[in-house]
Amino acid sequence: MIFARRAWSVVWKDLLVERRSKETLNALAFFSLLLLFVFQFALGPDRERLAAALPGLLWLGFVLAGLLGLGRTFVLERENDCWEGLILAPGDKSAIYVGKLAANVTLMLVVEGLILLLFAVFFNVDLAPALTGLALVMILGTVGLAAVGTLFAAMTAQVRARELLFPVLLLPVQVPVLLGEPLGAVGHWLGLLAAADVIYIVTGLLTFDFLLES
Amino acid sequence: MTADPLVRVTGLRKAFGAHRVLDGLALEVRAGEAVALLGANGAGKTTLLKILATLMRPTRGTVLVAGHDCAREPERVRPHVGLIGHGSHVYEDLTALENLKFWTALAGLRAAPAELAGALAAVELDRLAGERVRTFSAGMKRRLSLARFVLARPRVLLLDEPFAGLDQRAKKWLEEHLEAFKARGGAMVMATHSFGRELAVADRIAILSGGAIVLDTPRASLGPDAIARLYRLHTEEGA
Repeated sequence: MIFARRAWSVVWKDLLVERRSKETLNALAFFSLLLLFVFQFALGPDRERLAAALPGLLWLGFVLAGLLGLGRTFVLERENDCWEGLILAPGDKSAIYVGKLAANVTLMLVVEGLILLLFAVFFNVDLAPALTGLALVMILGTVGLAAVGTLFAAMTAQVRARELLFPVLLLPVQVPVLLGEPLGAVGHWLGLLAAADVIYIVTGLLTFDFLLES
Repeated sequence: MTADPLVRVTGLRKAFGAHRVLDGLALEVRAGEAVALLGANGAGKTTLLKILATLMRPTRGTVLVAGHDCAREPERVRPHVGLIGHGSHVYEDLTALENLKFWTALAGLRAAPAELAGALAAVELDRLAGERVRTFSAGMKRRLSLARFVLARPRVLLLDEPFAGLDQRAKKWLEEHLEAFKARGGAMVMATHSFGRELAVADRIAILSGGAIVLDTPRASLGPDAIARLYRLHTEEGA
């Protein structure tokens, strides 16, 4: 119960600060829009080429936006040395991880929803028939990406070259998620995605305390 | 005063690579007692405070706070320690009340709205409870930092330059609150560069030089000039 209350306090604080500052959300919305313009110009009006490339581009948009958003997970904690406060708070530190993860998943899903909407408008795609399956894969993929992203964001938060180090660390570990996301609709890939999520979250829960302390 | 000191440090060494910042340091602080740490920049004052707060691990030696080992059982030490460092540990986009609510919940404490309001009133921020911290001065942020400890009630306060950047009124206010904390049986370790009025709250003065405490003396009998003389005598600044 105390664990859940502590985790919830982190989610509440992160989302409230984001709602007020809109720093991450505004930047990611603008970035997504730019990304779609680039895709539109790069692919041209050829419908067949578009149809073949669109699923990959959609996930590329999600991953790039995710990289930018997740990298900022602990930026807020550097202000006024709040990072120290998190370490000094008595109790299980994995509650902080769960809170940060939940806040990241919420933010990423909002941005992904926006990207999806823009995709439908920009490329004139009817997403309605695939929406249920797509939503399931999006949620599983986002949880996987955020689980490792939150952990690595904590790992690189105090490093000088964190902006470079973060994607270099994150992307190789994300291979199961990156494979599973575009192929999620195909049978067992969905299982792989769910299994990767479980492994990443358990790893995060077990290692976050050590990462924060060191 | 209790028999066992709340802070007991023996043979403390902290090295960063080959550089030993602290070496063979010993210190004891009892309940109701405040020690002011004086020392030149880089003498290791902040390092010592961070070790006592469990933010850093000692390389060698024993550091006990409230009877618990800082290196081996930091989680048992943390409920007893309050740190006011260079950062105020507050979120600029949250209000004073929201900041207090967050830190209280994260510490696993249950505080009713009236208790939160009472803590803010204790640091004279009750009228600004709904204001975002972004609009606060440095002194107000430090007061908000202290409000957390009104609820958490740590037994040991660690203060790094607590009076720096405060105006005279804020200094007086902080002095009174630290005196009240001592009167309730709390122990304090305070790092400072000042020899003046800011030392009034201290019962002892410890001069840190060459990685160890080279002088540990009661403050009561010493005026600012005598303290400055002792400081120059025992540190590299006077060499």
